[in-house]
Amino acid sequence: MRLLLEISLYFSQFCVVLAMLFCMLRLLKGPTAQDRVLALDTIWMCAMLFALLLGISFASLVYFEWAMLIALTGFVSSVALAKFLMRGEIIE
Amino acid sequence: MMQIPADIPAWLAITVALLLICGSLITLVGTLGLLRLPHFYQRIHGPAITITFGAGCFLLASMLYFTALQERPVIHELLITAFIMLTAPVTAMLLMRTAVYRDLRNGRRIADMTTEPQPVTGHCATAGATSPGLMEEPRDRNPE
Repeated sequence: MRLLLEISLYFSQFCVVLAMLFCMLRLLKGPTAQDRVLALDTIWMCAMLFALLLGISFASLVYFEWAMLIALTGFVSSVALAKFLMRGEIIE
Repeated sequence: MMQIPADIPAWLAITVALLLICGSLITLVGTLGLLRLPHFYQRIHGPAITITFGAGCFLLASMLYFTALQERPVIHELLITAFIMLTAPVTAMLLMRTAVYRDLRNGRRIADMTTEPQPVTGHCATAGATSPGLMEEPRDRNPE
């Protein structure tokens, strides 16, 4: 049973990293600026999922705070970038 | 390397493994949609599934695992769930408004697609195929 959980954890880590790679390709390729912002937002989300996976692997609740911080920072940065693209300035 | 207890009960291992595999596959599908779909207004739907179902599966797995491991209810993850549920629609709405504003500012008239005089067949696919501009890849006129 321990082996099953270990294999599934490795598999999920591989999948999340592959997802980040896909987002990175879109970030590099994306024809418009909003595509790049969307890809960056998804990369933040995948990083949060990866922190949760690390927390399960090492059986420690410290990684939970990482995940919370990553989610918070990702939201703020995405909103700031979207606002900047929309108006040309962040705080009017 | 991984610190998983050796005497982990079978039901817990199977449930957590299923949730993890399900969540990671959903995450992969969502980002594949972000990579492969042809238009921005279609691409923005890809990560939505990652944020809701993928993150939901991972958070549920984490909650279950730590609750069973520490033999007390560990529901910190509900905080992240609530935060994501609050912030993901805000981000998506702002990005969508940004895309619409920039498309209008760059001269790509989205309204033209619906007001253009054309034979009303009432079918979405044929209307999209005959009207130029909407389905093709947009390009930025102002470099960022």
